[in-house]
Amino acid sequence: MTGKKHEVLFGIDTFGDLPVDDNKNLLTYAQAIRQVVDEAVLAEKVGIDAIALGEHHRPEYAISAPDTVLAGIATKTSKITLATGVTVLSSDDPVRVFERFSTIDALSNGRAQVILGRGSFTESFPLFGYDLQDYEVLFEEKVQLFAELLKEKPVTWEGTTRAALDKADVFPKTESGHIETMIGVGGSPQSVIRAAHYNFPLMLAIIGGSPDRFVPYIDLYRQATKEFGTKTHPIGMHSPGFIADTDEEAIRLAWPPYKKSHDRIGKTRGWAPITRDQFMYEIVNGSLYIGSPETVAKKMARSIKLLGVGRFDLVYGQGPLAASARLKFIELYGTKVIPRVRELLAEDER
Amino acid sequence: MKTIGILGVGKVGVVIAQLLLKAGYKVLLAGSGSPDKIALTVKVLTPGAVAVTKQEAVKQADIVILALPLGKYQTIPKDELAGKLVIDAMNYWWEVDGDQPDLKDLTTSTSETIQKFLPESHVVKAFSHIGYHELHDETRPAGAPGRKAIAIAGNNEADLDTIAGLVNDVGFDPVIIGPLAFGIRLEPGSDVFGAHVEAAALQSMVDHFPQTELGKKVLSARK
Ligand SMILES: NC(=O)c1ccc[n+]([C@@H]2O[C@H](COP(=O)([O-])OP(=O)(O)OC[C@H]3O[C@@H](n4cnc5c(N)ncnc54)[C@H](OP(=O)(O)O)[C@@H]3O)[C@@H](O)[C@H]2O)c1
Repeated sequence: MTGKKHEVLFGIDTFGDLPVDDNKNLLTYAQAIRQVVDEAVLAEKVGIDAIALGEHHRPEYAISAPDTVLAGIATKTSKITLATGVTVLSSDDPVRVFERFSTIDALSNGRAQVILGRGSFTESFPLFGYDLQDYEVLFEEKVQLFAELLKEKPVTWEGTTRAALDKADVFPKTESGHIETMIGVGGSPQSVIRAAHYNFPLMLAIIGGSPDRFVPYIDLYRQATKEFGTKTHPIGMHSPGFIADTDEEAIRLAWPPYKKSHDRIGKTRGWAPITRDQFMYEIVNGSLYIGSPETVAKKMARSIKLLGVGRFDLVYGQGPLAASARLKFIELYGTKVIPRVRELLAEDER
Repeated sequence: MKTIGILGVGKVGVVIAQLLLKAGYKVLLAGSGSPDKIALTVKVLTPGAVAVTKQEAVKQADIVILALPLGKYQTIPKDELAGKLVIDAMNYWWEVDGDQPDLKDLTTSTSETIQKFLPESHVVKAFSHIGYHELHDETRPAGAPGRKAIAIAGNNEADLDTIAGLVNDVGFDPVIIGPLAFGIRLEPGSDVFGAHVEAAALQSMVDHFPQTELGKKVLSARK
């Protein structure tokens, strides 16, 4: 190590789950989207560095067009990074993705960030007429084309997944000349190597089990960048969590909506309903960052140190959680947890 | 020591390889492409294992583990697998495999479909129901309190014993649940799928299968 201070960025990440009001009534899709805009504004106010929005095409989530929501947030904020988590590039058109994000970049004075990936669901494939069997070639070709487009020079490209381009120039150009782009990765080693190959930073999705398992993956990324002669970027991670004043309160509020969301997804995938023991196990040993500000800060600091990441995004609002509890979560994260994590990291460097 | 060949160097293939290496087995790994495509992964994530072609992995191994997407099963080198003991760790997963009617057929377990595709191999189902996080995090020495269990289904007693020994070696209690047809009791939609529990709880989930929603559907499809 260089003895340099360990600078870490902190983000929040949501799929745009439909929240409930204080009378437990589900918000409408439109209200849920406006709620996310309000949350982003609050996040900026309390010092959170980034907000990432997922793309889903399912009844329990309001956000299918995260870039449009980010455009809305862009004009109401001035500092916070506006990211997706993730953009499902395989079932999208890289040219359009570039155009949409360079537009957000204009609206936000350079704060747009794309996180590309597979995502945890694949409902966009039948919806947009793609075959899941072609997943690998779709992702590989489109990542490659997107990497070309990011250079903001005329692109000549040929492949099997979209029309060829012959010196196509794509607009608007950005002011910085570059849209920050990361690749979101689950536990698959091939995707880690792919990120290194295309010179993209990694965003690790650690959504279950102990983060310790990912230590060798970070080594894999570093060695792969060396082998390809690409840059070893700082690595990001995201994991789910929730914060309230006390551990008991956080668990009491998070558990019922978490279970609802988990079991609903599980039903379509064939896994059994989650038990409270499993939920508690993930909080204590796994990758659920749920509890009081102190509990969550300690757990985050441990993971950040263990994996040496430069960014930590907390995925919030799983299931029909109260909108007011989500706002409270953001406030506690910004005002209590982030400063405390910084303190814990600094203590260690002294 | 026995040599194990693993086809599929993804989330599960890597973890199984790590556990086997720790238990002292010799491990050969093969992906869909050439060995140099996975060489770095193997070197960093599973030091001690060897990256080879699918054919080599099968030829040199005493036991072969299938850890590739089930939808790709027709690419498995079936001639080379003749006479071999094969562990099927695969599940039908819509998010990866897409819509595949032959894999959704309730009258046959997916492991029976694999056995039919590999008529001269001995197929045993194991390692399929436990998530790769838990597989990595939950190993315990034999006899340790709280040791988790892995279910095994197969048609030949000697094969079942061999695989039970392997499951025990890597840190789990083996629970032999019955013939390969019982593999459906471990598939997505069953109570066992995703379960990381101790042997007695696992056995009772398996026994309870006929009373579950999936169990009833299976029974009526097989009438
Ligand atoms: N994830 C779990 O928790 C879990 C638990 C138990 C069982 N399973 C089952 O295990 C299997 C693998 O799952 P996974 O989660 O490990 O998936 P994964 O991370 O996507 O890995 C699949 C691996 O298979 C390789 N592969 C693809 N086509 C192949 C072919 N034709 N021949 C040989 N290798 C091929 C891929 O490598 P290339 O890049 O070379 O194509 C990739 O490394 C699935 O059937 C799954 O249902 C998964």
